[in-house]
Amino acid sequence: MQYLVSVIYDTPNSATSDEMTDIDAFNDGLQADGHWVFAGGLGAPGTATVVDGRGAEAMFTDGPFVETKEWLSGFWIIEAPDLDVALKLAAAGSKACNRRVEVRPFL
Amino acid sequence: MSPVDVGEAITRAHREEWARVVATLTRQFGDLDIAEEAAAEAFATAVERWPADGVPPNPGGWLATTARRKALDRIRRENKRDDKHKQAQMMYDDSPDSLGAVDDERLRLIFTCCHPALAPEARVALTLRMVGGLTVPEIARAFLVQEAAMGQRITRAKAKIKAARIPYRMPSADDLPGRVSGVLTVLYLVFNEGYLASGPDTDPVRHDLTAEAVRLTRLLRELMPSDGEVAGLLALMLLTEARRAARVSASGELVTLDEQDRGAWDAALVAEGHRLVRERLATGRAPGRYQILAAINAVHTSARDMRDTDWSQIVALYNQLVRLDPSPIVALNRAVAIAELDGLDVALAIVDRLEDELVDYHAYFAARADILRRLGRSEESRAAYDRAIALAGNTAETAYLARRRDQLG
Repeated sequence: MQYLVSVIYDTPNSATSDEMTDIDAFNDGLQADGHWVFAGGLGAPGTATVVDGRGAEAMFTDGPFVETKEWLSGFWIIEAPDLDVALKLAAAGSKACNRRVEVRPFL
Repeated sequence: MSPVDVGEAITRAHREEWARVVATLTRQFGDLDIAEEAAAEAFATAVERWPADGVPPNPGGWLATTARRKALDRIRRENKRDDKHKQAQMMYDDSPDSLGAVDDERLRLIFTCCHPALAPEARVALTLRMVGGLTVPEIARAFLVQEAAMGQRITRAKAKIKAARIPYRMPSADDLPGRVSGVLTVLYLVFNEGYLASGPDTDPVRHDLTAEAVRLTRLLRELMPSDGEVAGLLALMLLTEARRAARVSASGELVTLDEQDRGAWDAALVAEGHRLVRERLATGRAPGRYQILAAINAVHTSARDMRDTDWSQIVALYNQLVRLDPSPIVALNRAVAIAELDGLDVALAIVDRLEDELVDYHAYFAARADILRRLGRSEESRAAYDRAIALAGNTAETAYLARRRDQLG
């Protein structure tokens, strides 16, 4: 079972070097215990481009598709047998990156 | 057997076996939805068949077998319709039930229904449905919610359990204290909604809810006999429930502790509550929140007259509670006890400092109004009663507060 752990944040700052050290250590743990699938940090919402390719010609629009006060600033995809394990890992991830996270199951 | 006896046998079986049947089926089929539906169908079959065929010698076993058959029928039906379903749902466990494991099943069910990833109101609804066996319309009525909305709340919670894979098992030893405390919160919420029912159209005390909360807490106590807080909550509920008959007057007005007819208290419940409190004291282990609240209520229910109350012990217990739970509501209750021990002026000074944090809490203004009234400060007391009445949701309490206000000189 895979879960998406989204990192929620309200300013475009990336992680500090202390936070990066903790995140690296957390990621090493995920890999060692077989929970690691993928992870990454994202550019600020201002760097986003919305693309609509449904018409004859693709349309490009600058900016995020919805303006919010908080946004996705990074994510993990983890492998866990159930939600209890996923929530424990997410709590450790939240501590490591010093931000709130949201856990959602993949279908 | 007379129709009345059969009816009673079905009611008893429902009370005693519902949670067991749902819990066992949930383990066997890995699906709360199937378990709930099959259990409901099995009880409906009992209602149909027992009057004609007689009550089976082992009603629990009959219900479990019938429910399992209903669940298998449903899965076969769905498999014919949808082959993909087959893969997902045929992973049920058909091993015979070992008797010792059955109690664990019910605990697992309770922990799943009270999982912290579910919304608090969904935990309450799900627990009453899956463990308590209340119907959706009954739960909707209990919480003054439209039936459709309550049905949806339960459906959404079940869907989340399935999609997010909330596990059906005992929490790990590390997590257990926190998870037990989550379960106790749910049970105490049900009890309190019964004991001080909110809403203009309900009875002031909802015995159906207090009784259900006590029953489920007794079950938890049976399943976790050495947990101090479980015993504490049960004792707290029993010592509170014991005063129920004395708590509302014939005219439907709330009767406060100092004015209650103590002879109308339920002596058996008081004795049982005291026994539990003594049992916890004898362990010598540091008490948690519910055990301290139970001890406070044990002191109250030990006094044959309000004037005999051991207020110094009550204040000492509140001091202990404040260290565990420094919330303004605990501080308010402590202040009310301080009024009896150290005097009204000392208490009022404490109460004044709490106003900012409790500005929306009816009991804050009720306590303040009472202290001001006893100090003879009628005008200020009247203003506090007005605020309390505007905020109170319980009809008996509103009636009591209005009378007190109107009696001010």
